[in-house]
Amino acid sequence: MATVLDAGEIGRALKRIAHEIIEHNHGLENVVLLGIPTRGAFLGERIAQFLGEIQSPVPVGTLDITLHRDDLRMRPPRPLLPTLIPAGGIEGKDVILVDDVLFSGRTIRAALDALGEIGRPKTVQLAVLVDRGHRELPIRADYVGKNIPTAASETVRVQLSEIDGQDGVEIVAGA
Amino acid sequence: MKKHLLSIADLSASDAIEILNTASELSKISDGPMKKLPTLRGRTVVNLFFEDSTRTRISFESAAKRLSADVINFSAKGSSVSKGESLKDTAQTLQAMGADAVVIRHGASGAAQRLADSGWISASVINAGDGTHEHPTQALLDAYTIRSKFPQFQSDFKGLKVAIVGDILHSRVARSNVLLLTKLGAHVTLVAPPTLIPVGVEDWDVDVSYDLDSVIGEVDVLMALRVQAERMADSFFPSVREYSRGYGLDAVRLNALKDSAIVMHPGPMIRGLEISAESADSHKSVVLAQVANGVLVRMAVLYQLLGGAALTGEVSA
Repeated sequence: MATVLDAGEIGRALKRIAHEIIEHNHGLENVVLLGIPTRGAFLGERIAQFLGEIQSPVPVGTLDITLHRDDLRMRPPRPLLPTLIPAGGIEGKDVILVDDVLFSGRTIRAALDALGEIGRPKTVQLAVLVDRGHRELPIRADYVGKNIPTAASETVRVQLSEIDGQDGVEIVAGA
Repeated sequence: MKKHLLSIADLSASDAIEILNTASELSKISDGPMKKLPTLRGRTVVNLFFEDSTRTRISFESAAKRLSADVINFSAKGSSVSKGESLKDTAQTLQAMGADAVVIRHGASGAAQRLADSGWISASVINAGDGTHEHPTQALLDAYTIRSKFPQFQSDFKGLKVAIVGDILHSRVARSNVLLLTKLGAHVTLVAPPTLIPVGVEDWDVDVSYDLDSVIGEVDVLMALRVQAERMADSFFPSVREYSRGYGLDAVRLNALKDSAIVMHPGPMIRGLEISAESADSHKSVVLAQVANGVLVRMAVLYQLLGGAALTGEVSA
């Protein structure tokens, strides 16, 4: 087990992502953040907090992708998590999806499907705290907190104070 | 969740709340322009209806279709059942066609349990009403409707007062509702003429009253039941008018209800008998909300039974 990001590094990575979002989108007028529950939702809130401090508040919501997963039949049924689309909607917006770990890319594929049912954003961008490689689909992140090379058998565990009591990212060796 | 949904008795309070929570999340998704989810693509749901039904069958069909399942409707009329085919042969036919879930309504109490325990089919069985026994999805959608009208009752119904009025004896809706509402902590009073109260009711966790007017001012929820003429071989009350005078929800009784109270009816309503037209159409009536919520709750049930990995070989308790 090795810690790859501590609380301070997570904070700095998210703040840098906030700056990059502003730079890339030339401002925040059209930006909507959607976090993917569970931990992506908290990261979305934190990035929105930084954006508010740096420039201006942005609409932030959550997008549950459970019903769009392609691996539903491989596991027992999962409880649904909250989906909360901000009042302004996503039509014509620059939507930034936020998740904790980018791995196979299947979660993001499901998120794109879920998004397509709700509306037609102008652009969809992706922000992740950790990119660990091993993509199975042609998907990439626009904003990455940290690239962490991993073996497929390893597990990346992200802990956030909102639900885990502390911040930290560690690599756990596989079985 | 277990493989089948046969009876409220099989569910714990937390199982039930989880179904309601799933339905709440689905309602947020269905609110927008989204109408269809890919979740059950490639799964087949068979509606096996041996008794007439409008609401329940359409509701299950619509729920399955919104989750992208394939739906096969089977009604006993116009099928080989009318030629004398047994439940077993019908079930095995469905098995051979690859049904993943069978939604069964049958006039005989215990038919759904029989189908689930028989080993005839491997599909999940959902009880959509069996004789005078149970109608679990109706109770779940009623609980969902109550929860949506009373923000203070979200994780349990402790302190909620419910009166179920009418033909308790023949009502599977009443049985499932009593089980679920008491399980969630509500206080339930059954109101009916003595002839329409089932034998053994003293073992239920409910109060019984023969006088609607003494109860009506205190309840938060008044649930009227249909008088089931088709299940009454003998007469249980002297005349329709006398029943209506004693137990019908007319304009005077509607006004006797608390301002915050709601009026429910599982449908089909017989206007002028157990409920007057002005009560059925009043702002206290949530009858149409019940219908709309039925689709959400049945989507939640289908998702929980079929949404995950197949539970092979498991038989419900």
